[in-house]
Amino acid sequence: MMNATINNNQAIPLSQIPEISYDRFFELNTGLITGSTERHCVSYFGYPEGEKIKLICCIADDQSHLIQVSSCVVGRSDDLESMTVRNLCFERFEREIHENFGVSFPGHPWLKPVRYPHDRFDRSQTISNYPFYSIDSDELHEVGVGPIHAGVIEPGHFRFICNGEQILHLEIQLGYQHRGIESLLLRKKRLPERVAIAESITGDTVVGHTLAFSYLWESLCGYQPPGEVENLRTIALELERIAIHTGDLSAACADVAYQLGNAVFGRLRTPIINFFQEWGGNRLAKGLIRPGCNPFPFTQSLADRLLTVLEAYEPDFNEMRIELFKMPSALSRFERTGILSNENALSIGAVGMAARSSGLNRDIRTSHPNSLYERLQHEPIIKHHGDVYSRLQIRKQEVGQSIQYLRNLISQSPVFENKPESLGSPKPDSFVLSLVEGWRGEICHCAVTDLKGDLLHYKVKDPSFHNWMALALAVRNNEISDFPICNKSYNLSYCGHDL
Amino acid sequence: MLEHIKIIYHQGKQFIPNIRTAQVPGIFRGRPVISRAMVNERELQDMCPLHAIGSDPVSIDLGKCSFCGLCAREHPDKIKFTTDYKMAVNERESLIIKEGDDQSLKINPETVRKEVRRLFGQSLKMRQVSAGGDNSCEWELTAANNVQFDMGRFGIDFVASPRHADGIVITGPITENMAEPLQICYDATPDPKIIVLVGTDAISGGIFTDSPALDRSFLNKYPVDLYIPGNPAHPLTIINGLLDLTRKKTS
Repeated sequence: MMNATINNNQAIPLSQIPEISYDRFFELNTGLITGSTERHCVSYFGYPEGEKIKLICCIADDQSHLIQVSSCVVGRSDDLESMTVRNLCFERFEREIHENFGVSFPGHPWLKPVRYPHDRFDRSQTISNYPFYSIDSDELHEVGVGPIHAGVIEPGHFRFICNGEQILHLEIQLGYQHRGIESLLLRKKRLPERVAIAESITGDTVVGHTLAFSYLWESLCGYQPPGEVENLRTIALELERIAIHTGDLSAACADVAYQLGNAVFGRLRTPIINFFQEWGGNRLAKGLIRPGCNPFPFTQSLADRLLTVLEAYEPDFNEMRIELFKMPSALSRFERTGILSNENALSIGAVGMAARSSGLNRDIRTSHPNSLYERLQHEPIIKHHGDVYSRLQIRKQEVGQSIQYLRNLISQSPVFENKPESLGSPKPDSFVLSLVEGWRGEICHCAVTDLKGDLLHYKVKDPSFHNWMALALAVRNNEISDFPICNKSYNLSYCGHDL
Repeated sequence: MLEHIKIIYHQGKQFIPNIRTAQVPGIFRGRPVISRAMVNERELQDMCPLHAIGSDPVSIDLGKCSFCGLCAREHPDKIKFTTDYKMAVNERESLIIKEGDDQSLKINPETVRKEVRRLFGQSLKMRQVSAGGDNSCEWELTAANNVQFDMGRFGIDFVASPRHADGIVITGPITENMAEPLQICYDATPDPKIIVLVGTDAISGGIFTDSPALDRSFLNKYPVDLYIPGNPAHPLTIINGLLDLTRKKTS
């Protein structure tokens, strides 16, 4: 047997993942990806095992709903054949392993730093001397943007190579937001501290990341959350989706100078996040979700209140979206702008909304469902043009879909019974993986425990890790003035990538 | 055009008329109040994931608190979070709430630099720098400028260039990788200028306090003019804080 086969949120003994040679590891994982559009790499990482590095690769199969986990042990100074040469989707994962441990991948086309972590292998590499790609030509010019941007957003550096107004190439350099999340998760030993860190991975996906952490931790402890907790978690995840999609439609309107859309969508986000505050005391849902317990029950009066909020929200949202999507001056900016082809989306392993806008059916809610998505019989919304318009269409339609799900979940809310349950302690010597479809896409958390049941390694992957490359490809051959709208249509996370 | 007028009509009045007296909906966790009830202080201190609770007398440091509410849930007789959102102060020590304290937090006018009120009392343009911020405080700073909170009505705005700014607003615990860009941005802002820290992460480092990936030496070099606590800070906390700092009349 070459690998272990698991479900989403299934903890297995580490010994069940066979250690194979790198050659077989290489053949297995590239073989799984090549020619199979239903499979993609959800996580590939390394961690120190004595003097050596243990590599673990997880390939998810969307049709069989299973995840193939394989492992191998390599030396720090080994030269490993690059999987990127066969499948581009391993590109950033291999760069990350190289940056962290110094393992070399000859043949990798682009073995550059990913995020300049504090514990990187080569401390002589600093963020101010990133090796940008450049072209020597009298015809071309470079435009550098960032790390600090014009708006109130996070830092990152964009380097454009342009021919006149046209973008030939964009290189995105990240790492400014690196706070040491993964190593801090190991060092902080108490659960409340760890949840507080998980909540801070990205402040715009608080529910998504906290859920991934909670499911992972509960699986490690062999704890099954009761039905009413599953119910309220699904409600929170869909509410977050509505809030951010609405906010992003507002920002997209701002980028094409459509004031009314900007103001109306912007104000429509408020009642949704204010509902989070009424429920859990925080507008961005911090503190709402905790593993193994339920600090803020979703009571009948909250359910009634949410229905009232949605009733007021829906007609105003619909009125505005109908107007926006029939306005020629806005549509001419959205349509055929920032196209990511299906082929490119597939090769770079795009996930979530970015993949679905390019005709790729990737949605954890159907492929590896957790919570109540099986009962909801979720059908992903897929668009085929891969342009800004497709991505905004998805946002618009997902808002409608989420509202339906919320009504469904509220009507079938199980009665809340306040019974204290004990979470238990994490299983020793285990591996567990948790996938959650946040509003951006697939969030993947993996953990390995040691012989005492303490965390040996924790790996966080935000969907932005895959999708920044999607943005870089989508803006090619567009006018540089269309970059903001392309960027906003993806709205990727800097801190989720930098960790 | 008619469609647009219809939409505007359907929105009704969205803006909050009085930003000073507005009530926040629901169970917002603002300024905490600590009673004199007897509890196991040790247990209380150890419970806090951010080590924001001090003892003798029992206190909560709002510069460290993540407002998760765990302490109040476990010891409802001892700690209560009120819905008072006016928590911004200009002295770091004022953020420490002690047993029995139950007054609103206030700016100390004595220690506000003179030029702040003289120059920025009518108009304040700020450059925002996210230095490891998790995008939650950034969302709330943006929300402070939306049609509901409408900070622009007070002449307070965020500008694209530090050259146009009267000061910088820092969010996030200040990562090592952002230390240099932050310094460059500060140096590019013309004097006189203010520094505002927004959110627990910026004020103390928050949950990242002892992370080796931070470099907070910038804060040792310059005086901070305003601390706006919260995780993230609420738009009403932000706007009221900036107004209290820059306006002579604070009603």
